[in-house]
Amino acid sequence: MSDTTTTWGGTEMAAAGAVSATFGEGNAFHWNLITDFRQMWSFTFFQHGFEAGTVVAVVAGVIGYFVVLRRSAFAGHALSHIGFAGAAGAVVLGLDPLWGLLVLCLGAGGVIGALGQRLRGRDTVIGIVLAFSLGLGALFLSLYHGNDANEAVSILFGEILGVSASDVLLTLAIGALALGLISLMFRPLLFASVDEDVAEARRVPVRLLSVAFMMTLALAVAVAVQVVGVLLIFALLVTPAAIAERVTRRPGRAIAVSVAVALVSTWLGLAISWYSSYPVSFFIVTIAFVLYLLVRLAPVIGGSRGARPAPEPVDVEPSPSIG
Amino acid sequence: MTLAHAGPVVEARHLAAGYRNAPVWRDASFSFEAGECIAVLGPNGAGKSTLLRLLLGLLRPLAGTVRVFGEPPRRGSARIGYVPQARAFDAETAIRGVDLVALGVDGHRWGVPLPSARRRAARSRIDEAIEAVDATAYAGRGIGQVSGGERQRLLLAQALVGSPELLLLDEPLANLDVAKQSAMAELVARVARDRGITVVLVAHDLNPLRRVVDRVCYVAGGGVLIGSPEEVVTGPVLSRLYGAPVEVLIDSAGRRFVVGLEEEVVHPHGGADVGHDHHVGGH
Repeated sequence: MSDTTTTWGGTEMAAAGAVSATFGEGNAFHWNLITDFRQMWSFTFFQHGFEAGTVVAVVAGVIGYFVVLRRSAFAGHALSHIGFAGAAGAVVLGLDPLWGLLVLCLGAGGVIGALGQRLRGRDTVIGIVLAFSLGLGALFLSLYHGNDANEAVSILFGEILGVSASDVLLTLAIGALALGLISLMFRPLLFASVDEDVAEARRVPVRLLSVAFMMTLALAVAVAVQVVGVLLIFALLVTPAAIAERVTRRPGRAIAVSVAVALVSTWLGLAISWYSSYPVSFFIVTIAFVLYLLVRLAPVIGGSRGARPAPEPVDVEPSPSIG
Repeated sequence: MTLAHAGPVVEARHLAAGYRNAPVWRDASFSFEAGECIAVLGPNGAGKSTLLRLLLGLLRPLAGTVRVFGEPPRRGSARIGYVPQARAFDAETAIRGVDLVALGVDGHRWGVPLPSARRRAARSRIDEAIEAVDATAYAGRGIGQVSGGERQRLLLAQALVGSPELLLLDEPLANLDVAKQSAMAELVARVARDRGITVVLVAHDLNPLRRVVDRVCYVAGGGVLIGSPEEVVTGPVLSRLYGAPVEVLIDSAGRRFVVGLEEEVVHPHGGADVGHDHHVGGH
């Protein structure tokens, strides 16, 4: 994520420098957006950011549907934190942080998936492991050039404009693999997610799917960290899917809406950052959050029109205990 | 209905079930005949769900033999439809009732469902199953937005869509009010009669099922007893099964109430108290 040095607005800017790797001081807004976009596109780091961001948004949007359906948001959060230690370790070794992310995320994903049910309700254990991982990452980063705050910030909060051409290709390969895996296991994963007992009785390999899904989630987390960072991973992995499930109850449409929200957040975030000096990830996260607020508030503001049907009360009646 | 063999649908001989070295019940010999509706009754933790897991091939017998359609049970049999104990879904869950039913057709297949002739044929089977359980009105709604009784019907449709010959239902009447319990019981009986399906139904309470069950399979005190409700649900028989004094009261409407069972019932074999929910039969 750190091999481009770019001239921007007359000032030399190291794209690796996290905070400075926004669009410098920001550019003036023109009503002719096409000209503005042409100008953005003339910078290779913008192109790379746009390409990687697009791949990540599609992958995160699709997998997010299952993350929300399976209630594994916390697992995704844990994976990203464990990945932080990997990314920081890779920096110390002089490797691409993406490789470090990938290795540790996959390892942790395998373990979490294999433990499966036994990990349910073990939030404290996961929390302890992820806190330790963050600490380990902090140590690695201090070993690297004393204490490079920029590198830390770019892993924690994302550095989409520091993505190199080779990172884009790697992101595309990982993203394609993740989407391929999800497509392959789509139906049995859906079955196991909503109705594990019946799925098991119908010979669906629920344990294998649990591991396979966590590994796929690990792939998605590793690439998404480039865009929004370890700490903001929810914005791409959970928020779009959470918005989608409030808009539609159809699985296919929910996935489409989730992808659309992730894409809009990423593209708009990138574009807005062109005009400002603030970090891209801030804009992506904010757009996703505002969209979430809108779908939550829409039924309230719109009254009964356009509101979701109110959930009916579930019958609860103690039956006389006999025999 | 096509039956490859002429014998009983389920046949158990000296069957023992449980986990590792802790049998929940043992020495059970019984058979379920084709077209019968059997209610599996008994206290919590007595091993009612364990019996279903054995028939589904999810659990191996500790001793003895069990045959389903004349063969040892195996996972994934298309001849068996299964509805587990109800679970709640979050209101936002992005799955509709119809999607849940569709999983009964091809949920076990790999890949993404693509438009095809087979898919269109499946679609009409799905609609037919939804209609059979009177769920057409709400099948298009999110699964987290229907009532417990409606969800139970959709799960029944999911089990029916594979055209099973044997239907295993785990507590289909749980969490339903009395009126809905009878409606659900009548529905199961009607569907089973129309399609010639053998039904094994785990329940807590015999009374809502009185008119639909042919025989009762009573699981308690480490043993299994089968017979007509009049034969089995009586004071002397249940007292022998539980190994503790039990009384059965019969009201003017013919409803049977089992009384005299304290929370703690001593397990005659394992010594464990079956009154406590110690998950021998759970999952």
